Amino acid sequence: MSSTTNSPTHHTSTIGSIGTPSRRNTELALLVFAVVIPVFAYANVGLAINDELPAGLLGYGLGLGLLAGVGHLAVRKFAPYADPLLLPLATLLNGLGLVAIWRLDQSKLLQQIGQAGGKATNQLIYTALGIALFIAVLVFLKDHRTLQRYTYISMVGALFLLLLPLVPGLGADITYGAKIWIQVGSFTIQPGEFAKIVLAVFFAGYLMVKRDALALASRRFMGLYLPRGRDLGPIIVVWMISILILVFETDLGTSLLFFGMFIIMLYVATERTSWIVFGLLMSAAGAVGVASFEPHVQTRVQAWLDPMHEYLLSRNGSNDGIVHSEQAMQALWAFGSGGTLGTGWGQGHSELIRFAANSDFILATFGEELGLAGVMAILLIYGLIVERGIRTSLAARDPFGKLLAVGLSGAFALQVFVVAGGVMGLIPLTGMTMPFLAYGGSSVIANWALIGILIRISDTARRPAPAPAPNPDAEMTQVVRPS
Amino acid sequence: MNKPLRRIALFCGLLVLALLIRDNWLQYVKADELRTDTDNRRVAIERYATPRGDIIVDGKAITGHAETTTGDFKYKRTYKNGAMWAPVTGFVSQSYGANQLESIEDGILTGNDDRLFFRNTLDMITGKAKEGGNVVTTLNAAAQKAAYEGLAKRGKGAVVALEPSTGKILALASYPSYDPGTIAGGGDSDAEAWKKLDKKNNPDDPMLNRALREVYPPGSTFKVVTAAAALENGLYSDADEKTKSPLPWVMTGTRTELKNEGNIPCENATMRVALQWSCNTVFGKIGADLGNDKMLEEAKKFGFDEEQFTPVRSSASVFSDDMEPSQVALSSIGQYNTAATPLQMAMVASAVANDGKLMKPYMVDELQAPNLDTIAKNDPAELSQPLSPENAQVLQSMMETVVEKGTGTTAQIGNGVTVGGKTGTAQHGENNSKNPYAWFISYAKLADGSKPVAVAVVVEDESAVRENISGSGLAAPIAKSVMEAVINSKK
Repeated sequence: MSSTTNSPTHHTSTIGSIGTPSRRNTELALLVFAVVIPVFAYANVGLAINDELPAGLLGYGLGLGLLAGVGHLAVRKFAPYADPLLLPLATLLNGLGLVAIWRLDQSKLLQQIGQAGGKATNQLIYTALGIALFIAVLVFLKDHRTLQRYTYISMVGALFLLLLPLVPGLGADITYGAKIWIQVGSFTIQPGEFAKIVLAVFFAGYLMVKRDALALASRRFMGLYLPRGRDLGPIIVVWMISILILVFETDLGTSLLFFGMFIIMLYVATERTSWIVFGLLMSAAGAVGVASFEPHVQTRVQAWLDPMHEYLLSRNGSNDGIVHSEQAMQALWAFGSGGTLGTGWGQGHSELIRFAANSDFILATFGEELGLAGVMAILLIYGLIVERGIRTSLAARDPFGKLLAVGLSGAFALQVFVVAGGVMGLIPLTGMTMPFLAYGGSSVIANWALIGILIRISDTARRPAPAPAPNPDAEMTQVVRPS
Repeated sequence: MNKPLRRIALFCGLLVLALLIRDNWLQYVKADELRTDTDNRRVAIERYATPRGDIIVDGKAITGHAETTTGDFKYKRTYKNGAMWAPVTGFVSQSYGANQLESIEDGILTGNDDRLFFRNTLDMITGKAKEGGNVVTTLNAAAQKAAYEGLAKRGKGAVVALEPSTGKILALASYPSYDPGTIAGGGDSDAEAWKKLDKKNNPDDPMLNRALREVYPPGSTFKVVTAAAALENGLYSDADEKTKSPLPWVMTGTRTELKNEGNIPCENATMRVALQWSCNTVFGKIGADLGNDKMLEEAKKFGFDEEQFTPVRSSASVFSDDMEPSQVALSSIGQYNTAATPLQMAMVASAVANDGKLMKPYMVDELQAPNLDTIAKNDPAELSQPLSPENAQVLQSMMETVVEKGTGTTAQIGNGVTVGGKTGTAQHGENNSKNPYAWFISYAKLADGSKPVAVAVVVEDESAVRENISGSGLAAPIAKSVMEAVINSKK
């Protein structure tokens, strides 16, 4: 994997692109399923809870169908060679998320504590905004390489977004401990969701320029290529920002997500395994270091190691001054009670999770009501989106596009892993949302933008190469050939 | 850049794989454990999601169910005349769990019992809602009412009535009692009622099932056991044989005289006369003469020193081991360490009435499926034979004398019904400072010789004037009305 042998091939595309079919009709056919499946699920919830078809069925079906249709038309018009799977998969997840949110809206318990009621309508509006942003990306971002120009503006923008929740008066402490929200009027926004995309643009632009320096100028030490001190600079900076997020916003998930995304992109850009080793060491050191003095992080780790103990502390009260939450255990019970096939839509009791049942913990509702089968299907859909994103990266012809696509896909994958793993008790719980499924405007809108960018890159990648320009040399040769 | 890309693709695949494996672990391997975890509220939600089956007395349900309007539990338990039946039913509460019959037969009542599995599966296929089965008890509503109302007039106490030939429990009353319906729900009023019933806030301890769980010194009623021991061990072979009983009698190994209550003809009295007037000297000496081992053996045959499962557990009654002769003497007249539950003393009366055969006491006649099919039926079972039939008849005649012309005349019924009984006035407290407990144990014999009921009554009226407390004055009238209720309901 020496970079010297690989570098000459960097600028050639690997996928033959001439004559690629556009696959728009495939996308349309898949979209039909992606709309019909949630519509049936929606009807199912109504029948299970109220013994009748929900009154909003037609509106919901038309709404989702219309959004998907408009999205499809935009792709057909502005990105005709785009990957045909991304839009239907995102639509399906978005639709199922809406159904689960609507199902939790019916819970009296959640209504009493203000966690449900009318949330599905809000989410449908957020979805419309998300699709609008998706279309805007396709219309106005004719070529993703334009983003390259905004590399350093992106850096400033990302830092701004990330630090926004720390601004006094703007930050909203509405979740247990993690400060990743800002409040503007009656709206709450999670700037981190948008920062994810902006940061990917910055990393892609920066690494594209610096990758040769980072890759080549290094010393070999014990089989690893060690970077030069000055090349380590940006990595240290990103690492420090991650640690700052962890310390001041007490959010393990966001911190892990950004640092992980950077390491992935760095590795792809430089092809140096040593970066991964460095990254893992630094994140481990950072996480352990912060956990040693941050009680919020410690509580999360303890809740992960012994959720039952945490449940009992939450139930019976403790006098250690820390807010204990029974959510982790409640989520495990929800999954366990679902079993292999689940209770069926509307027949579980995932509302027992109470706070954030329809956002961070929404996967538990799927676990209980659709069972192991349903959750595996959903995880595979996420896996497919990620792999299609990486495939887009493989197919991309320019390094910026490659880096941006793998950065966005990698961040998406990490987010799914961190949230689903946290809810299922595989890793400590962090406050992040399940992309597309969870209730929350920031998340839905930002993820639609993410899909929009991936579609734009895949369209560029799969677009048939322009016909070779007539070679002036050849003509000249012809001219001088004696006749 | 493509080689690392393929590795990242693999890495992301591994992340998803890790999630899939974890999901299988949670939802397949650990699913049952999590689903049935008692802390998992779904267990309770499911439990209250269907109407609970009923507990049945004399063909009528003494329980019911009501739909709740708040919370996530759909149905709650209701009770008809709850306070009267509480010692039988126990309670089932959305907040505080369940006890006694409600807890022991919970599987049948909720419909979750394995014996209902096939039926439940069938119902699931045919789309029928799950229902709970019924518990049919052996109790007699009229006897229970007589017992409860009798106690309510007299104060704290308990009554147990048995059918001697089968061991069926006919009445099981405790006073003061509580209405389990007040704590059945999960609301604030239930919490308040629960707090009021708590022993800490309520010295009367209304939730104590005195009939099964409280042990009292049995006093003179224990002399029936001592008489049985004398007969069985051949110390005296007949009710009318003179006993070797000096008066006054100094307890063996001590200089203390054992006293009788009042001036009664106890010197060398026959056992009949001694039981008739409740001679402490005679029965104390019988106990001392027989010794600890023989007395203990006979007491154990009557069920002492062992918990009974009716199926609701009763406390073990006590007759001690390793005592001095004087302590054996005191124990044999129901003092010192001797202590008995009302159920135990009813078993004593029942065994004598059933010609010496002690039947296992039980209160659940049968378990019914929701469609009233019988799932399980309890058959009478013999527990032991404390007396030979001949000796039992001797003892019966002695007990009948007690009621005919002794301390128990207040229990006479007449109309061709013969009553055999024994009074007791048990002293307790340090230096016997507290008010004694009034006891009465008896059985009724009809003209045709059948004995449909044996009963034990204990009254612990702290407020009564000490002199007025006697088995005859307080307890015997309750026993009488319970026996009459059983006899009348048989007609």
